[in-house]
Amino acid sequence: MSDGGGSRDAPSAVRMEGVGKWFGTFQALTDIDLDVAQGERIVICGPSGSGKSTLIRCMNRLEPAQRGKIFVDGIELTAGPKNVEKVRREVGMVFQQFNLFPHMTVMENCAIAPRKVRGVDRVEAERRARHYLERVRIPEQAEKYPAELSGGQQQRVAIARALCMNPKLMLFDEPTSALDPEMVKEVLDTMIDLAQEGMTMLVVTHEMGFARRVADRVIFMDRGEIVETAPPDRFFDAPEHKRTRAFLGQISH
Amino acid sequence: MIREFGTGEITFILLAVRWTLVLSAIAFAGGAVGGLLVAMARISPNRWLAGSAMVFIRFFQGTPPLMQLFLVFFGITIFGIDVAPLTAAAIALTLHASAFLGEIWRGCIQAVPSGQTEASWALGLRYGMRMRHIVLPQAARIAVAPTVGFLVQLIKVTSLASIIGFVELTRAGQIINNATYEPFLVFGLVALVYFAICWPLSLVARRMERRFARIAAR
Repeated sequence: MSDGGGSRDAPSAVRMEGVGKWFGTFQALTDIDLDVAQGERIVICGPSGSGKSTLIRCMNRLEPAQRGKIFVDGIELTAGPKNVEKVRREVGMVFQQFNLFPHMTVMENCAIAPRKVRGVDRVEAERRARHYLERVRIPEQAEKYPAELSGGQQQRVAIARALCMNPKLMLFDEPTSALDPEMVKEVLDTMIDLAQEGMTMLVVTHEMGFARRVADRVIFMDRGEIVETAPPDRFFDAPEHKRTRAFLGQISH
Repeated sequence: MIREFGTGEITFILLAVRWTLVLSAIAFAGGAVGGLLVAMARISPNRWLAGSAMVFIRFFQGTPPLMQLFLVFFGITIFGIDVAPLTAAAIALTLHASAFLGEIWRGCIQAVPSGQTEASWALGLRYGMRMRHIVLPQAARIAVAPTVGFLVQLIKVTSLASIIGFVELTRAGQIINNATYEPFLVFGLVALVYFAICWPLSLVARRMERRFARIAAR
């Protein structure tokens, strides 16, 4: 299997059809339909508990959806474990808590998945790691352990680690929420660079400045439903739904 | 015919230590292999496997080690097989150690934050790779101190093998005491030898615990 994109007509990066998800009796996602085109940048926002993290966690099956179908890059994720493996190879994810491997150096963190999952040899994996560490502007930290880095640096390593798998799609689950305020910018700048290079991105965040600047579409979720989807200018300046207006009112003042 | 408690007697006791160490080593090595299997079974999503591992652990936690030893020693002889005391003790204590280490290590594996597993999944690492490269190395760090702590317990438990006639440190003490009638002297020496083995290990365990607590706090 090659790392690069296929030559067939590009399917949607993500397509969700009638997806439902429950935690026990609590319904976390209700009847979600969503179509994300290749190269699209989507920001997902909403109050806490609205299901926005669950939504993107369903896209690489960190959470199994119990109803509906999910296609990622044309592969039906909901069709069995083989497809889950395929999808996970093509989807990068960045977590709120970074989740770097603390017993490995930055270099090893970046090289492990290409080596073990893609079968890339050590030299090539490390070359690739150095390349992406330069792109997130911390090549000099390669031999350090995660605990020796600041939060912002750790999150940039996490982005580089995901990129080393050459993913077709990147998921960001509140990537700046655990960071000290002075470190938010360096991570957002890295994400903006990535967006400008054409990466397909789904970002759960409260950073509305980032949404305005980068997003093609903003999705507002509440109580497990997609309430409103719109391009950023319309979303922020003329939201249609009352719940959206209430939410925007709360976060901007 | 009472014998004097002299250098010959002391040497006899000191030489018997090697059998205590041999039995401890066998039980610990066997228990390490068994314990890893038990721990992996215990956290397996397969209910049948996890259930059997739990029954195994509960049995060994809920019965005295001496009964476990008797069950193996007399249990095997029922089938007309003559079993050497060392063999019986080694089997019984290996099973004993497998259960306890299995439960200790299960806790250590589950103490590795779930974010580590999620990150491994997100990168496409499969079960075996995730365990080998991500989860177990981190669990091992947490496990060192309680594992050494259990080894100390195990060394002391080997004294029970004296009851089925295996001549290790405690049994050697009994033999010498039967000849010299100097119980305080003899068992004082025996206790001192156990202490000389176990105390340094306890110190090591405590130091490692502090070291890993410091690393975790970083």
